[in-house]
Amino acid sequence: MSRTARFGGAVFVLPFVAAYSFLLILPFFMGLWISLHRADLFGARQFIGLENYTRLFADPVFYQAMSTTFLLALLIVPALTVITLLLALALNRATRSAAIFRGLFFSSSVLSVTIVTLIWRFVLTPDAGLIAKMLTAVGMEPIPFLSHPDLTVPAIAITTIWWGLGLPMMLFLAGLQQIPQDIYEAAALDRSSRWTTFFRITLPSLRRTTILVVMLQTAAQLQIFGQAQLLTSGGPSGSSRPVVLYIYEIAFGRWELGYAIAAAEVLFVLVLALTLGQYWLSSRNEDRPA
Amino acid sequence: MTSLSLIDVHKAYGSTPVLEGVSLEMLPKEFVAFLGPSGSGKSTLLRIIAGLETPDQGEVWLDNARIDGLAAGDRGVALVFQQYALYPHMTVRQNMAFGLHNAKVPRDEINARIAQAAKTLEIEELLERKPNQLSGGQRQRVAIGRAIVKAPKLFLLDEPLSNLDAALRNRTRVELAQLRQRVDAGVIMVTHDQAEAMTLADRIVVMSDRKIQQVGTPMEIYDRPANRFVARFVGSPAMTMLPVTLADPDDGYALVALANGTNIPTRVTSSVGQKGDAFDLGLRPENVSIVAVGEGTLNAEAMIVERLGDRTIIYARLGDGTEITALDKGDSNVRMGDKISLSIDGRAAHLFDSDGAGHHAARGA
Repeated sequence: MSRTARFGGAVFVLPFVAAYSFLLILPFFMGLWISLHRADLFGARQFIGLENYTRLFADPVFYQAMSTTFLLALLIVPALTVITLLLALALNRATRSAAIFRGLFFSSSVLSVTIVTLIWRFVLTPDAGLIAKMLTAVGMEPIPFLSHPDLTVPAIAITTIWWGLGLPMMLFLAGLQQIPQDIYEAAALDRSSRWTTFFRITLPSLRRTTILVVMLQTAAQLQIFGQAQLLTSGGPSGSSRPVVLYIYEIAFGRWELGYAIAAAEVLFVLVLALTLGQYWLSSRNEDRPA
Repeated sequence: MTSLSLIDVHKAYGSTPVLEGVSLEMLPKEFVAFLGPSGSGKSTLLRIIAGLETPDQGEVWLDNARIDGLAAGDRGVALVFQQYALYPHMTVRQNMAFGLHNAKVPRDEINARIAQAAKTLEIEELLERKPNQLSGGQRQRVAIGRAIVKAPKLFLLDEPLSNLDAALRNRTRVELAQLRQRVDAGVIMVTHDQAEAMTLADRIVVMSDRKIQQVGTPMEIYDRPANRFVARFVGSPAMTMLPVTLADPDDGYALVALANGTNIPTRVTSSVGQKGDAFDLGLRPENVSIVAVGEGTLNAEAMIVERLGDRTIIYARLGDGTEITALDKGDSNVRMGDKISLSIDGRAAHLFDSDGAGHHAARGA
């Protein structure tokens, strides 16, 4: 490639690289620097080395938030993946009703978290919620979804799954459309049953899509925030407080900016390690016999 | 015993008919080519036989059993797809074994059949590779191998050579001919390439406009085309059609008059029509030769001269604008734009009546 051509290419990517560096890379390193300080939101700074990190790793509330976060991710990611795959399989056809249902299931994704939470509050609230009314109508006690420590995390998970159906379903639909029709015909001539076709043809063909969905969802759900804050405010007694809510409370409730950023950096490393780990695990087997 | 029978098969997509009343009897172990242009219905017919499409009407029989109600996998046919349709995530071995596993063939038997087919097709060293690690020609072999291991009663090949480059196409054509000797089954090949059909098939089924136009051996199709379409479609360069009128019979054979008044004696029986009836005179390039100016039947102007080494094809235009194709020797001295004189050999000429039906030289004449 000639020097001018390379220069031309550089000119094209420069705006993005500049914006990316200014808005993401620079703040990341500034954050790292601030996390080594006792700092508040008004600019007071005092260098304290790794003290924020040692404090963090000794904080039981941080560990509680971490385990809540992982529990949420475990409840949400596999369920969301399976449900959206099934939805995509059911709606991957050119009929009018399939198009309507695709639109319906995608529509929840365009709502803001506030509206989603309002809808699910209306469904789940024990005093006047939809489920509570149905239960009292048949003479049963309302279930305290939003205040019982064992029920708040599942309630947040269900809300999140409902909200998040759209994008993974669309990814799976796109993946399904990319499978050439003639290999299904070849399978029909190979006496492949419906189940065999699904497990030996469709699922392996969706491998990359599935990896993408799991990675995106893992990264997203480890940073779950809005639903938890608006549904339960992390309660009761912190039982439904995910890490980002913990960070938010420290930064904007207790004004401990350095400490909050230290927690955010730890979360960032975790999310990065987990998603890269998933990618490595799944691409490692790529060329093995299926 | 017949191999495959089609009885009055009809098929339409919505209100668009694609096959209208197709009937065909195949002989055991026969190699039949479905030849026709795009949209002639030949691929649909193949898919109906394979069980990938359902006919709206009609019957499909294979070895005295009606199969049009059976699932594709239960018909005893194997299809080699145009784009090969190999399973991308499976190795070559798994691709070949998949259908046998589903048919509950014992593992030893599966391995034996794959080993045998791989040896025949010389793909033994490819068995553990995935399709994306293979060249186009290798994929083609694997696709054929996947069909062979099933030991079907009938092989269906959908445009088997269309995705190969010219050199590989010739080689594969020879290999298909050899393969055909080794397999104990009939073969149907869909193609739009007449050279493939002529060289490989025992019989050719020429299709056009949703119907079978003619069924015959390659030489029957070439020498005695049933109608104007078959005459024009088979043979390269295409047959020339000259408008003529029937003159007085000559010794029991039809004598035809060209537009310029020249009479051409044919070997078509004179009972083909009445004096004055309009026909098209069909002439293969080899029946039109170049002679010294003034000595020929027709005068023309050479428009395009194609030198092929052993022979030269001359596309010429008559005074009235009609196009005609002639054959000359390899070192022809005709150039583009030359005034040339053409001699017509009427003994091999064909006549096509106003309905398009072909009339040919009486046999033995």
